[in-house]
Amino acid sequence: MSIVLAVAPFAIVFGAAAARTGLTFWETVGFSAFVFAGSVQFAAVQILGDGGSVASATIAGLLLGVRSLAFGIILAPVLAGPWWKRMAMSQVVLDESIAVGAVQPTRRWQRYGFLVTGVGVYVLWNICTIVGFVVFSGAEELVTDLGLDTAGPAALLALLWPRLSSPPQRRTAIAAGLIALACTPFMPAGVPILLSMFGVAAALLPPSLRRTRPT
Amino acid sequence: MSAATAVLVLLTIGTYAFKSAGPLFVGARPLPPRVQNLVDLLPAALLAALVAVSTFGVGESLVVDARAAGMVVAALALWRRVPFVIVIILASATTALVRLIA
Repeated sequence: MSIVLAVAPFAIVFGAAAARTGLTFWETVGFSAFVFAGSVQFAAVQILGDGGSVASATIAGLLLGVRSLAFGIILAPVLAGPWWKRMAMSQVVLDESIAVGAVQPTRRWQRYGFLVTGVGVYVLWNICTIVGFVVFSGAEELVTDLGLDTAGPAALLALLWPRLSSPPQRRTAIAAGLIALACTPFMPAGVPILLSMFGVAAALLPPSLRRTRPT
Repeated sequence: MSAATAVLVLLTIGTYAFKSAGPLFVGARPLPPRVQNLVDLLPAALLAALVAVSTFGVGESLVVDARAAGMVVAALALWRRVPFVIVIILASATTALVRLIA
């Protein structure tokens, strides 16, 4: 249950960030109701807020969303049934629901755990998005005074944190961050984010090149 | 149609396609290791880039301001495994405090 409740503050921060970016109420609700993928939503709103184009916001969102393809494949044997049922269930393919589903002992419980968690997160995510949007829309001064413009970046950092557990991931993250910063002064907003995907190359360095510094 | 609505529609289609491809078509076949590797690394790259730019970017220029202080505190809090709500509160409070002093 706590895994479901943990999404609430994320959704509030998303609602607030969307309001700050100038999204309308229905656009904000639409992102949470239809896209329904935390990092994809945050990335799109962040890039739009910086003045990025439709193309760069969309492509960055898709690159972050592609991992749900891998989740869906892990879960495919559990989500049996007629095609319309599988289609409906796939909307709640998420980090949280996969995590809960995967640790259950039998296939039946896996499915139950996945669905209960997925639906729980869906409901709470959408309610809290609305709360965040309503409370913080039109409160630009309050947001700056309370330092809440750091809430969005901090939420992104919290999403990144669990993905830094292995050395290849850490190398990728550092390289990607540097690429994005280096490109920012020369390119339209959003493009540096897309170019950062080449930071993945840092994970593929042969071991001999990794330590050039004497230790 | 506003830019945000366009992105909303495109991402709705895209993320839904990714989510449903496994259960609907692919079945339980595992991804090739190289592809799986890439899928594991892409979020780290893009999220790191978003963190960097949203911390230091103002339009097309880079600055170190009160947000950076908040992010240092956020990183420390995450490292100490502090719950997310507290991370956000600490980060925001630090940024606000630095602004107040500066």
